[in-house]
Amino acid sequence: MASLKELKDRIGSVKSTQKITKAKQMVAAAKLRKAQAAAEAARPYAERLAKVMGSIATKVSGDSAPRLMRGTGSDQRHLLVVVNTDKGLCGGLNSNIVKEAKARARKLQAAGKDVTFYLVGKKGRAPLKREFANAIGEGFDTSAVRNIGFEEAEKIEVDLVARFNKGEFDVAHLIYPVFHSALAQDPTTQQLIPVPSPETAEASEAVVEYEPDEEAILTELLPRYVKTQIFGALLEREASEQGASMTAMDNATRNAGELIDKLTIKYNRSRQAAITTELIEIIAGAEAL
Amino acid sequence: MALHFELVTPARLVRSEDVHMVVVPGAEGEFGVLEGHAPFMSTIRDGAVQVYKTAGGEPESIEVKGGFAEVGENGLTVLAEHVEG
Repeated sequence: MASLKELKDRIGSVKSTQKITKAKQMVAAAKLRKAQAAAEAARPYAERLAKVMGSIATKVSGDSAPRLMRGTGSDQRHLLVVVNTDKGLCGGLNSNIVKEAKARARKLQAAGKDVTFYLVGKKGRAPLKREFANAIGEGFDTSAVRNIGFEEAEKIEVDLVARFNKGEFDVAHLIYPVFHSALAQDPTTQQLIPVPSPETAEASEAVVEYEPDEEAILTELLPRYVKTQIFGALLEREASEQGASMTAMDNATRNAGELIDKLTIKYNRSRQAAITTELIEIIAGAEAL
Repeated sequence: MALHFELVTPARLVRSEDVHMVVVPGAEGEFGVLEGHAPFMSTIRDGAVQVYKTAGGEPESIEVKGGFAEVGENGLTVLAEHVEG
């Protein structure tokens, strides 16, 4: 049985761990609110852009469509853009994203396609490298950025489109967590390049004038649309990270509390046992006289 | 008689208000939008969007970069990647 001192030290150490998890939970809760507000603020732009894209895309089709929409005509080489967080302590979030990415990659490989990864955020690199050591391509490091913003999305988009134009891949998918609540963040896969034609093919009722023509506008809008998608994914990641972190830390704090209670009971029992033993010894000694 | 004007960036909704007229620096020349403008879409070159709150009043200019303008039934929507001021 552990000595009293050992137990006391153990309780102390669990208590300080609990303090850390508690602090991290409160920080995550505060950051979550901010991240959610940011995600909400970005919605009007994305919605409007999607609407505009949809209405133009129905008018431009076939060979006249820009390459970013038409694709390269082949779907042999796939690029998986995996958005992970930079920091841990957020429960199963990253491993869920990695799991989704792996499943996707295996399916593509089984179909005889080439798969390359483009990693955003640090936490996906190690687990993906273990299984797909040769498929890890470039990535984008977001760990130095405190507040992820549109600039980062822009840089990623520029990089991706340049690679696409150079012919490094045919199809790109974006894998990122979608924030539902602090308890649920689902990894989602979305086709990024070629830009999927919006399915809401509602024929616009009014005759719209375009300046310059539809194709020119679409050519300019497509990269922007890709950018917005990436930006959305980054914001979702931010909110998911904080949400998952909050939940994980809440659990950790509760577990630490339970452990402390158990240890305290154990401590009290052994102290009582020691006292009882001592008393018995004294009584036995007195009786012997 | 007012034109509903919205200026949106990826980060936030910058403006959403009723104004008299907005002059937008379109890619093929500036154009003014009043209430009841025909449906119209245009890319924007980097420059200042001028917002006239009232007829004949002083315009307020907002610098935008990487933009796109859409005039529909609901008024004018300007999507811009960067907005200054």
